Formats: sequence, C-alpha cells, structure tokens
Amino acid sequence: MNGLDERLSLPRNRIRTREKARRRERTLSGLKRRENALAYAFLGPSLLLFAIFFFYPMGKSVYLSLHATDPTGRVAGFVGLDNFRYLFQSDQFVQGLKVTVSFALLTVPTGIVLALVLAALTSGRQRGLSLFQFAFSLPVVLSVGSSSVIWMFLYHPSLGMLNYFRSLIHLDPISWLVDPKRALLSVSLMTVWMNLGFNYIVLSSGLRGIPDELRESAAIDGAGPLRVFARILLPLLSPTLFFLAIVSVISSFQSFGQIHILTLGGPMDRTNVLVYSIYQEAFVNFRFGSGSARALVLFVIIVLLTLVQFKWVEKKVHYQ
Amino acid sequence: MRRRLFAAVLYVVLALCALAVLYPILYTFSTSLMTPGEASEYPPHVVPHHLYLRNFVDVFHLVPIGAFIGNTFLVSIVVMLGQLVTSSLAAYAFARMNFMGKNLLFALFMATMMIPWEVTMIPNYLTVRGWGWLDSYPGLIVPFLAASFGTFLLRQFFLQLSAELFEAARMDGCGHVRFFLSHVLPLSRPALGTLAVYSFLQMWNAYLWPLLITNTDKMRTVQIGIAMLQHQETTAWNLVFAGIALVLLPSLLMLALGLKQLVRGMTVGALKG
Repeated sequence: MNGLDERLSLPRNRIRTREKARRRERTLSGLKRRENALAYAFLGPSLLLFAIFFFYPMGKSVYLSLHATDPTGRVAGFVGLDNFRYLFQSDQFVQGLKVTVSFALLTVPTGIVLALVLAALTSGRQRGLSLFQFAFSLPVVLSVGSSSVIWMFLYHPSLGMLNYFRSLIHLDPISWLVDPKRALLSVSLMTVWMNLGFNYIVLSSGLRGIPDELRESAAIDGAGPLRVFARILLPLLSPTLFFLAIVSVISSFQSFGQIHILTLGGPMDRTNVLVYSIYQEAFVNFRFGSGSARALVLFVIIVLLTLVQFKWVEKKVHYQ
Repeated sequence: MRRRLFAAVLYVVLALCALAVLYPILYTFSTSLMTPGEASEYPPHVVPHHLYLRNFVDVFHLVPIGAFIGNTFLVSIVVMLGQLVTSSLAAYAFARMNFMGKNLLFALFMATMMIPWEVTMIPNYLTVRGWGWLDSYPGLIVPFLAASFGTFLLRQFFLQLSAELFEAARMDGCGHVRFFLSHVLPLSRPALGTLAVYSFLQMWNAYLWPLLITNTDKMRTVQIGIAMLQHQETTAWNLVFAGIALVLLPSLLMLALGLKQLVRGMTVGALKG
C-alpha cells in the first residue's frame, strides 16, 4: 500500500517540486535583478559625483599634460611629452622637488617623535592627564589658513612675539620668513605645530589599544619604564607609527596654504613646494598644460608612497 | 616619595609643553582683547591689561567678516548633509547588498581616497568655470558632496552591526530601503556624527579651492577672508586677531563637543593598518 502510494505520487511530487524550483528561480533572479538595480540607485549619487569630479579630471589631466594650452585653458596643440621633458630640465622644478622632500624630512620625523613623546607621557591613568590630552589634541581643529596667519604675526620681524622672546634672553632678532636659509625651517616649525594634534591623537589611541597586561607583566619582570617603552610598546605601536608616517608624508607633499600665506614660495624659491608650483603654473601663469604635468608628477609620487604602505613595509611591521 | 617627585616633574614638564602648544591660541585671544594702542606697543604686552571687547564689533567694519562666516557656514552645512546622504547610501550598498561589479566599484572608491585632490584641481577648475559656477555656492559645494572617506568609514560601521538583526528584518519582509532607513541609520548615529564633524571641519577649513574659485568679497570663505586680513591694515593687530578668534570659535567648539567623534574617525585608518 505504502509502496504503491509512493510510486504513484512520486512523479506528481517531482513535477510539483520542479515547478516550485522553477518559480523560485524566476523570483530569485528577479530579486537579484531588483537588488542590483537598488544597489546602483544607492551608489548612483556618489558614482556620478566621482565620475565628474574625479575620474574625468584624472583623464583630463593626462590629456592636458600632453598639450600646450592658451591662457584661457583651451588646448592649443599636441606637444607629446614636451611638458615633462621641460619640467625635468628646469632647475626651478628640480629644486622644487628638493624643497618638497626637505620639507617632508623636516616636518614628518619631528612631528611624529614630538607627538610620540607627548602621547607616552600622557598615556597613564594619573589624575589631570585628560586636561593635557585635550590641550595636545587641540591643534587638530585648526585650519591651515588661520594657523598660518597667527604664525605670520608671531614671526613678524620687529613686533612679533618670537623675536621679543629672543630679546628677553638677549638674542638678536631673526628675519624668520625672509632669510633664504631660514624660511623653510620657519614654515616647517609652524607645520609641525599645526599637525601635532592629529599625530598626538593617532598615537595616543594607538597606545591605548595596547593591553595593560603586557606593560604590567614587563614591569613585574623588573623592566624600567624606558625599557618597557622601547622593547614592548614601540614594536606593538609600529603599525600605527607606520600608518602615521605615510599619511604625514603624503599630507606634507600636499602642503599649500602655509606657503601661500607665509612666504609665497620665496625667498628665491626656497619654499616653493610642489603643490605651490602647480598653483603658480596653472593659476598665476595660466599654463594649464605644464601645470597638469606637475600635478601628474605629484600623483605618481603619492601612488608610489601608497603602494609602499600596502606592500613593502606591511611585512616588516610587527603586527600583534 | 620618589614616585611623588617623579609625578611632580612629569606635571611640570607637561604643563610647559601644553603652554608651548597652546601659546599661539592664547596669544590670539589675548591680542583680540587689547585696545589698538596696547596691541601696537613695544615691548608687547603678554596679557591684555583690560578686556576691550569693541574689537569684535569693529572687525565687522574692517572686512565683511559676517558675510565670510555666513558663506562658510552655509557651504559647510550643505556639504555635511550631502556627504551624510551620499556616503551612507553608498556604504549601505557596499556593506549589505550583493550586486554585479561590487569589488571593482569598491576598489574605485578606495582609489579616490588615495589620490590627492590637488592632482585633479586644474580640470575641476576648468569644469566649474565652464559651467559658469565661478564665484558661486554651487561651485564651492557640489564638488565635495560625495566622499570616499565617509563611505569607507560608514561601511566599516555598517559591517559591525549584527548580522542577525539583518536576517530577522529580512525574515519579517523588511526590504533594503526600510531596513536602511529605520534600522541602520538610527543605529549608526555615532559613525554619522563622526562623519558630520569631519566634513564640517573639512569645509570650514578649506583653503585652496575657495581661493581658486572665489574672487569677490561676497563669496569669500572665512579662511580666505582671514588671510586677506593680514594685508588689510597691518597696524590694527587687535582687529585682525579679533577676526581670527571669531573664525576659530566654531572649530574649538567642535573640538569640545566632538573630540570623541574626531578620534574615532582618525583611528579607523590606523587600526585597519
């Protein structure tokens, strides 16, 4: 009886399940299509904006860099790689690259070491430290515009406070921003100050992420605070330090505002960093083609730095 | 005893460092309270001898700082709202939906985060000029309405929301749109707050783009206005610093209210390595 029933009903069942499966397939692919459409609707606004203000300009930059342009921005003719050839033959551009690299070397290591010391000193749980944490984080909200103007006045040769403080300890006044030997140093000093908040916040949250037990067990083993810092905290902090180093180098290559306000690239191009020279070439001299060539050099440098971040040091940095 | 001494030394060192770090800000606020005579005296006064609040009125006559502040507030708020909408939508698609080309598109989004904006500024300037948007609000606002940083930040946050919640809602027949609006967004307030603080400060502090595309006092933003102050009347330092102090206030307020949000935003990159 049972067997007969089974035999009889089996084909019918099979047909039914097949049908059901087919229907489900249809609705599934319908669902999938609907999800696809919905996803693109969600992505639409961002995609559209990126296409107009990012992907198209990237292509346009390459196009412009291969052309000569008239001062209104219209393309005057194809010049091939001439813009680039001209760049690397020009002393001004090569010196600008040197200035950009020196600026990064002056600001990045100093800024990170300073922030690291402050972060280490305020990482404990003693009372009152949160007040200092707030103070050291504060520069993070300052813009390059207002910071530069404040320092412009601090650097003022006759009425500025920095020269006044020097006079209090019987030092001669300095022409901070006009002396070709000192201008880049002065701009760097201001930049280190401006970036301190960001560096401090990143490093102190990195330190806070390291479990207390590691610190304590090392202290129980008789390691002094300096030793704990050098042997345990520093290696564990290395991913954060590395992240910060790359981000800082990239942002130092993008510096513009402080140069534009404090020195205008001078004296004698000693502070004429890459982005400032792009600005000058395109928006002061109205040579958009050769300005774009400079912008692409910046692009290549930043992409290389980012690749370094992803590939090379990934292996060398200690991860927990 | 030794520990006490160590702590005392630590506090003294930290206090000196804090003083050095804060000095430019303290100097700004103290000079903004000086009378014109006091501000130009030499040797300079380190602290003002009386509180001269008239500067905050007079600076409005020196430059149209009211218009600068109004412009920048408008631009920053609109960009902030725009980024919250575009980024949360895109982030939801990347975090919770399956669609063709997802990985490729995500890689494209991430690529825009790594490439500095300065590289694209010349064509963008030409585009905006071609549309007749120079010296206008759309020119200041529209190029910044989408943010790959915001998308990344929110995606990371949406991925942390529990998967069970998502399954349960789907089981109850809740579609993506309703789930996004009534569950994901309310649960993501902290991350949205971070992005809001970020995008606001980004626009409030922007320098290069407003410098390129604005050329009348009517459209200038605060940072450009502030930089103009130094050429205006170099003798009236008290007024210049009153202007700077006014421009710094919203940023400092943001810090007091939103330090946690800021820290979260900065560490999202660091922790992911």
